[in-house]
Amino acid sequence: MSPSAYVVLAAILFTLGSVGVLVRRNAIVMFMSVEMMLNACNLAFVAFARMNGNLDGQVVAFFVMVVAAAEVVVGLAIIVTIFRTRRSASVDEPNLLKY
Amino acid sequence: MEGSEVVVFWVCGTLAVIGAIGLIISRKAVHSALWVALTMINLAVLYIANSAPFLGMVQIIVYTGAVMMLFLFVLMVVGVDSSDSLVETLKGQRWAAIVLAFGFGILLVSGVANGLVEANSIGLDAANEADGGNVQGIARLLFTDYLLAFEATSALLITAALGAMVLAHRERWKRAATQRELSEARTRTGAGVVPLPNPGVYARHNAVDTPALLPDGSPTLLSVPEPVRGRGDARPMDHSGLAEVDDLFSGAPALPPTGRSLADDPRAES
Repeated sequence: MSPSAYVVLAAILFTLGSVGVLVRRNAIVMFMSVEMMLNACNLAFVAFARMNGNLDGQVVAFFVMVVAAAEVVVGLAIIVTIFRTRRSASVDEPNLLKY
Repeated sequence: MEGSEVVVFWVCGTLAVIGAIGLIISRKAVHSALWVALTMINLAVLYIANSAPFLGMVQIIVYTGAVMMLFLFVLMVVGVDSSDSLVETLKGQRWAAIVLAFGFGILLVSGVANGLVEANSIGLDAANEADGGNVQGIARLLFTDYLLAFEATSALLITAALGAMVLAHRERWKRAATQRELSEARTRTGAGVVPLPNPGVYARHNAVDTPALLPDGSPTLLSVPEPVRGRGDARPMDHSGLAEVDDLFSGAPALPPTGRSLADDPRAES
């Protein structure tokens, strides 16, 4: 087995995360699925860093983590605000922009 | 990958995939969050196996420690009724999504496996040893080649913190009502002048999910705390419970409830 098995695992996790985004209607669960996709990319970055023998991939994964943390904070604040006005965390509810 | 790492890969990789599947199929959002935490811990182990100990620790501290707990915290704020509805807004969207994702996954995995099956791995031992360790190596890269990106990160973090404060802040337009005003308003409307009944009073159990019984024996859901009621977890009470209460207090077997004869009461024999 070569380290490319990690990349295959990352591809599987990315696919499962995308299924979560497409199938679930709860905004928080969709958000967690996005986190899952980001983590899968991180795993691929780490595996590529090892295969190429330099640490740049790990630094990129580190930056992805920082951006993901910032994104989670803002996204959850938006979800809390929407919940406060619409009393629901379902993504089908905020349809006011349609009209 | 050698012997022990293969074992780590299969165990942690399988657990990570199980966590991802659990994220998708759990009805309750809290369960989804716990499944994601499982996946992230296993990914941390895989990072460490990939000679990235720093990222493994950051993964545990930042993701499972901070991000997932933030998710759980928001789930508590958003409330207990945050389970998904099974109503499809777009007809057939769920099956189409699953089929498309399956095809996407096959394409991705086969493409990756095709391109990488011959790839030989250099390994990070030399790169880690060059600066005296993994952490030192990442630090050197962060503060030399990636210095600009690292500085931009600080602006990003400050913007995110400000954004969260602005979005989650609620301006108070009116003065908060004092306890006296609340009490006067309650008395004026006549609703809820006395405290709500405690759960379990006059009932068989002392638990919060047990509604109190009114003097006529009917349960009152007012006594069950609202989150428990909202989940539908209030324990159903009926008059058969009352017979056991009588039983306890009189010390003698109570008369069976009407509709059952004494002969088929199991306590009659004892």
